[in-house]
Amino acid sequence: MTHLPVLPILIPLIAGALLVLLYDLPLWLQRVVSIASTLSLLGLALALGSMIGEAGHLVYALGSWAPPFGIVLVPDRLSVLMLTLTAVLALFAVIYASRNDDEAGAHFHALFQFQLMGLNGAFLTGDLFNLFVFFEVLLIASYALLLHGGGPARSRAGLHYVILNLIGSALFIIAVGILYGVTGTLNMADLAVRISEAPPADLPLIQAASLIFLVVFGVKAALLPLLFWLPRAYTVAAAPVAALFAIMTKVGVYAMLRVFPLVFALDTALVNTLAWQWLWPLALATLALGGIGVLGATSLRNMTAYMVIVSAGTLMATLALGSTQAIAAGLFYLVHSTLMTAAFFLFADLIARQRGEAGDHMVVASAMKDRRTLGILFFFGAAAFAGLPPFSGFVSKIWILESSWAEGASGSLWPILLGAGLLMLIALSRAGSKFFWRQSGERPHELRADRVRFGVVCVMLLTSVALSIQAQPLMDYLTATAASLQAPGQYVETVMNTTRSLKEAH
Amino acid sequence: MEALYAATVGVLTACGIYLVLRGRTFPVIMGLTLLSHAVNLFLFATGRLALRAPAVIGQSETYTDPLPQALVLTAIVIGFAMTAFVVVLALKAAVELRNDHVDGVDPDEDWRP
Repeated sequence: MTHLPVLPILIPLIAGALLVLLYDLPLWLQRVVSIASTLSLLGLALALGSMIGEAGHLVYALGSWAPPFGIVLVPDRLSVLMLTLTAVLALFAVIYASRNDDEAGAHFHALFQFQLMGLNGAFLTGDLFNLFVFFEVLLIASYALLLHGGGPARSRAGLHYVILNLIGSALFIIAVGILYGVTGTLNMADLAVRISEAPPADLPLIQAASLIFLVVFGVKAALLPLLFWLPRAYTVAAAPVAALFAIMTKVGVYAMLRVFPLVFALDTALVNTLAWQWLWPLALATLALGGIGVLGATSLRNMTAYMVIVSAGTLMATLALGSTQAIAAGLFYLVHSTLMTAAFFLFADLIARQRGEAGDHMVVASAMKDRRTLGILFFFGAAAFAGLPPFSGFVSKIWILESSWAEGASGSLWPILLGAGLLMLIALSRAGSKFFWRQSGERPHELRADRVRFGVVCVMLLTSVALSIQAQPLMDYLTATAASLQAPGQYVETVMNTTRSLKEAH
Repeated sequence: MEALYAATVGVLTACGIYLVLRGRTFPVIMGLTLLSHAVNLFLFATGRLALRAPAVIGQSETYTDPLPQALVLTAIVIGFAMTAFVVVLALKAAVELRNDHVDGVDPDEDWRP
């Protein structure tokens, strides 16, 4: 058995531990270690992608303990997609941070690596309690990263974020406990089988657990009543941290996509599960609220935070449709929106650095030194973000609209989705005209944009164009992903076969 | 025994939720602690309550499920570390914001540094 599937967890763990132990290493060396580790994760994710091949699944039993007793890692198409996306995003964020954002507090790179470890672990694991543990790993790292740089605003937002997530963790264990009490197993494939065979008397408990899971993942994914921590936390976080956090809401969405179709919908359609029926109205309300928030935001970072909510709402509404086409379109939108929100967090920082006291607040200030280049970049960025052609936002929105038409849900989704898009466009053009067209008469700032930072933002926005050029091959992959999510029997089969082959080997 | 155990978990959870909804950070942290106690007890009970049945095979006629005990251990470790972290964070916030309200604003006092 090859050990490749466990490396995306081990490499950041080792790199992070090294950086903690050797904390007095010169900063450039820490940066080299951190960037090298992140780069290797990208390579690993692609290698895993080619390893899973046509079958679409791979089972790695840790310590050769047979499932369901041992913990298994099950990389499949969805895991590989998320691993690749995380590695790409982290690479941009860590390069951006290495321009001196990492000097603002201790242990930035170590925490960054631990965060990656938690993310990768959550994407790979096939065990429910292990998913909880990796959630904790990534959350604990994110608490400290959110506070990176210090200051009262961060302490205040951090306190809310930590307390809310601790309550979320408590709920997570309760739900896991209920499922264990009912079925006596924690392996997701085994859970799926036992839940599909559960006696009717146990069904209320199982459904209660599934709704608790919806709440827990909803806290992470910013589902409507549970999202009010998000705008403040994302607004005050340091720019590269906020960029990395763009993937954090997607972890919640990933967990929904992993747990609900597999564990609760083995013998029924996904849309018939109780949690999925709740998801649809809540996601639409999230989308509407995000649109209003974007219009009311007072700074560019704040606006981007609300765009994270818009994208979370769009994504969950699309997934709630439940068809293969809809899930594939949603996954495409996930890739697009993660990269674009992250790019905008970094871009807002780039603008804020040139406006002195005014920062990224939407007030008239003296002219920026690089207002022409930044203005052109803002124009293209806004077009990419709001979903105008030829960028990937346009492609993904077309697919989402098409799939909702096929599901007969266009009556409720179209007006809200397009309305939120319009609000986003209005807010972005208002921000752009305030930043670049209206300037106070004072002497312009003399600070030039840092070349590397500028380059990172440019490349991130270019990925949007690359996504729309490569849309068809990517979409084929995502359709295969969605199809395998909807046929969880195959996943269960692969894990059970591993049990058999491991027993024979002993 | 089940009824007593269930009532204990229920009372702990109710007290925890009440305290978590308070406005100052210290009661909130106490609430989180009670909540995590309740969760640990709940998790322990998922292996079913049994008397004179250790979680080791061969020590007695029956044995209990050892897995919930391992899960509780993990949950205790994580919960303990997080309580320590949130206490320090609350202290830091109290010093920086000059009050101990969760929103960072004291509704009774209009005092600013």
